Amino acid sequence: MAHYENPMRGSSLEVKVLTERFGIPNVEKLDVFVQHNGYEGLRKALTMTPDAVIAEVKKSALRGRGGAGFNAGMKWGFVPRQSPKPKYVVCNADESEPGTCKDRVLIEYDPHQLIEGNIIAGYAIGSHQGYIYIRGEYRYLMEILDRAIGEAYAAGFLGKNILGSGFDFDLATHTGAGAYECGEETALLNSLEGLRGYPRVKPPFPAVVGLYGCPTIINNVETLSSVPSILRNGGDWYAKIGTPNNGGTRLFALSGHIERPGIYELPMGIPLRRILEEVGGGVWKGKKLKCVIPGGSSCPVLTASEIDVPMDFDSLSKIGSMLGSGGVVFIDEDTCMVKAAWRIMKFYAHESCGWCIPCREGTAWLKALLERFHGNGGMAEDIDTALDVSYNMLGKTLCPLGDAAAMPTISILKKFRHEFEEHLKLGSCPFEARGSESGVRVSAGVAI
Amino acid sequence: MLSDALKQKFDAVIARYPVKRSAIVPLLMFAQDEAGHVTEEAIQEIAQRVGVRPIEVIEDIGYYSMLHRRPIGRYNLQVCTNISCMLRGGGAIFEHCSKKLGIGHKQTTPDGTFSLEEVECLGACCGAPAMQVNYDYYENLTPETIDALIDGLRKKNPASET
Ligand SMILES: Cc1cc2nc3c(=O)[nH]c(=O)nc-3n(C[C@H](O)[C@H](O)[C@H](O)COP(=O)(O)O)c2cc1C
Ligand code: FES
Repeated sequence: MAHYENPMRGSSLEVKVLTERFGIPNVEKLDVFVQHNGYEGLRKALTMTPDAVIAEVKKSALRGRGGAGFNAGMKWGFVPRQSPKPKYVVCNADESEPGTCKDRVLIEYDPHQLIEGNIIAGYAIGSHQGYIYIRGEYRYLMEILDRAIGEAYAAGFLGKNILGSGFDFDLATHTGAGAYECGEETALLNSLEGLRGYPRVKPPFPAVVGLYGCPTIINNVETLSSVPSILRNGGDWYAKIGTPNNGGTRLFALSGHIERPGIYELPMGIPLRRILEEVGGGVWKGKKLKCVIPGGSSCPVLTASEIDVPMDFDSLSKIGSMLGSGGVVFIDEDTCMVKAAWRIMKFYAHESCGWCIPCREGTAWLKALLERFHGNGGMAEDIDTALDVSYNMLGKTLCPLGDAAAMPTISILKKFRHEFEEHLKLGSCPFEARGSESGVRVSAGVAI
Repeated sequence: MLSDALKQKFDAVIARYPVKRSAIVPLLMFAQDEAGHVTEEAIQEIAQRVGVRPIEVIEDIGYYSMLHRRPIGRYNLQVCTNISCMLRGGGAIFEHCSKKLGIGHKQTTPDGTFSLEEVECLGACCGAPAMQVNYDYYENLTPETIDALIDGLRKKNPASET
């Protein structure tokens, strides 16, 4: 099917900024979009100086929604304005972090909002060319965007002398072809240049030396989609919706063992417990919660006793985890955490691009170790070996994929060490022995 | 033979970039869409158009998991078993497909109708378990919906009755 099957299930706790137009019939068409405040943010921006646009975005405390949570206005401010080189805007629509599926709805339901955000970003940094790098699997979304971009050109929102302002901006989509690593900004740039998606050494940062060696800003789909309403309503308005330094709303994708999986737009800082109980309807089948991955599989897991945390970047980092990409995965009491750790590591081992040795070797060895452990061939020293290998990946790679693999693993090894020990004691998986459905081995041979 | 429509598309895509080689991966994807896999001819044509050696195009193909140089089934079932799907039975869905089609990971039925692949997160986690058949998404899968889907595709492509 060329659409996302009913992901927007609604909740009274939602605050609709990004999703305000969702559900309006035909809003993916430009004329309908324009009837609902569409391109108003751009009109406003074009009456301001680029510096004033950047200042407004800074004031909004909009932080990057791709995972790292960097202040968007600040990033834009790093672009050397006096540089004679061309400048580029790159929108990261590679969305591949396990548990994350929110950029998908932003493109599917409101493609013009994203296009508008790209144009405003271009105006702010003095760029005349933008690319939307979209994962290869999202082909139907690329077609939606291509149609919308065509309409925007025809109506004078893209191309030369936009709305008579004298500002020129071109925008094109660019398909990836299956590689999680290409979501990492410097690997993405290499991929966009037609190379293999290996990461680059930082510094220099892309804002100074990016695409084709030119100043480039890279922002996530949700980040750029948030920009039009900030321009329309003001940075202060946006900042007030969230918590200090964490402006606005964000899309949370709830998945896993939850009653009402779906995507919900909630204010920054809403406690995780409210998300679970009031938005998501609690753990499925009346079961108990074991743990939560708060923002995509790279984030350290939170146990059931840690869910009173406010869901914003700073609060999660204070308790040793991350807000990440907004993919909240709930895990129930009957799930084997050894198996969960193995499946997560299997992903990173598959996706490691192989450039940095700690990541390439570490992910492969950890996958093998966890697989053997869950398959009942574990040894007592494996637990500390796994921790040791993980710590030797942390901070030792060019891009954070190595960290992304190590962090959840360390958290599971530490917080659920007793489950590993139970495997050893029993000589088999305790969850499988109990016949719990999620303890069953994933797939015979081939999958491993 | 690459179609004229595809060659025109190549021109349009290459024109988007100040540096032609940027177009390699999109061109490979579009060529693969037409032929079912990346043909030798497509590699030569793309290399020549963007001004690189064929080996540089081949290097890219080896990196990206969606690109392949050998034919696969007409319908490629890509079943996600990553964390959100695993938690809701993605593994069993993969097994079910495997049993029903009699093939394993990255294998193709002898008649060339179906391929099966275990894939990583597809961005459909709220509809887990999920899969893609070529570019189409199918979410909230059960063994029954899989059966209906595969049987429907078989009917659409009667060559596979054998
Ligand atoms: C391995 C890896 C994969 C990533 N994948 C994505 C992705 O799919 N989408 C995304 O927006 N950011 C992704 N990021 C983060 C980007 O590197 C970058 O921080 C982000 O696109 C910046 O945009 P933002 O400031 O608007 O968040 C990834 C990072 C790493 C290390
Ligand atoms: S984990 Fe299966 S689609 Fe995301």
